[in-house]
Amino acid sequence: MQVAIVKYNAGNIFSVVHALNRLGINPIITDDAEQFSKADKILFPGQGHALTTMTYIREHQLDRVIRELKQPVLGICVGQQLMCSHSEEGDVDCLGIFDVDVKKFNPTRHTDKVPHMGWNSLTHMKGDLYKGLPDESFVYFVHSFYVPVCQWTVAESAYIQPFSASLQKDNFYATQFHPEKSGSIGEQILKNFLDL
Amino acid sequence: MLAKRIIPCLDVKDGQTVKGTNFVDLRQAGDPVELGKAYSNMGADELVYLDITASHEGRKTFTELVGRVAANINIPFTVGGGINELEDVDRMLSAGADKVSINSAALRRPEFVDEIAFRFGSQVCVVAIDAKFTDGTWKCYVNGGRIETDRNLFDWAKEVNERGAGEILFTSMNHDGVKTGYANEALAELSDLLSIPVIASGGAGKKEHFRDAFTLGKADAALAASVFHFGVIQIPELKLYLKNEGINIRI
Repeated sequence: MQVAIVKYNAGNIFSVVHALNRLGINPIITDDAEQFSKADKILFPGQGHALTTMTYIREHQLDRVIRELKQPVLGICVGQQLMCSHSEEGDVDCLGIFDVDVKKFNPTRHTDKVPHMGWNSLTHMKGDLYKGLPDESFVYFVHSFYVPVCQWTVAESAYIQPFSASLQKDNFYATQFHPEKSGSIGEQILKNFLDL
Repeated sequence: MLAKRIIPCLDVKDGQTVKGTNFVDLRQAGDPVELGKAYSNMGADELVYLDITASHEGRKTFTELVGRVAANINIPFTVGGGINELEDVDRMLSAGADKVSINSAALRRPEFVDEIAFRFGSQVCVVAIDAKFTDGTWKCYVNGGRIETDRNLFDWAKEVNERGAGEILFTSMNHDGVKTGYANEALAELSDLLSIPVIASGGAGKKEHFRDAFTLGKADAALAASVFHFGVIQIPELKLYLKNEGINIRI
């Protein structure tokens, strides 16, 4: 299977590469539309700032390329946020695949620290990505911005309030958490994506 | 709900895991990658690898080790020891570490915290603080607990919080290696004072100590080394115990 990772100015894609390697996949890292068209699956991972990453994506005309992908695409962390309509991080318009806006966490109690960092449980899981996983499965999150629960939500988590841990629409999948850092549960989610 | 984290700490010297009692008297406890993998399979929530090698060659060995850890382990891990410049941070993150822990370098040059937060984001910046309670105050130490500074624990923790640290790893030198429990009073004070997570370190001897760090100490995570390395406490058993005690834990 040919797996491509979207190359852009976001950090920490090594851990996604390692996670794929552990599943016997050698991904290519590219920003070339031609290469994408040859791939069976595409991953859009990353950590970074919504404004700086979106600016880069537009400058390199990757926005249209990503929107027009036909094979299964998995956005991870900032990847999920960039697939939404707009982000409060830098007040920037994003790819608009999911018709929902990304908000900043507003802590209401001292114990609600931002970023939301650590292991949190998934609820209301549905669809192919979560096949075979028990409710309340724990996955690893690191983020300060979140996607509210919406019609595209396929898994929820709760921190300060319930939010979208995962989204899906047609061939576009996304997780706010890091499956590549979420132990055996995360590995299963990546496997489920590769099996689509 | 966000789970409290259990973090085994692996001290690494020349590519091998070691653990000291009260920072001296090192003993061997296994291969770092194998040990980390075993902890991950047992349910550890994160790992910390501390490079206690001083030599230049040791540094290179450690960077290679970080790469091997990243390739083999599917939970987050932090690396620390000898991180003095942005270049060191970059090297560790590029090798695959999720976070870096800085200690003496931050006390010597506090702007280092701002620089890491600005360039790589707060979430990668763990500030480790070794402090000792003497004559009614908590004083910060540098160089692995060998040199006292005039910094107070709480003032320093607050300062690095404001400078952009993502987490505080607080080791009580009074409690480290003694196995009579964590410094819960100081931990609770830190937790109330700061807007970032606090990791408790130093003093774990039995399961109850972890519970107390989370309840009395209000810690977000608890770190330990020798009780795990020598099998005094088994992580699966510890996590079940904590869950039964009403603490939110990932099982």
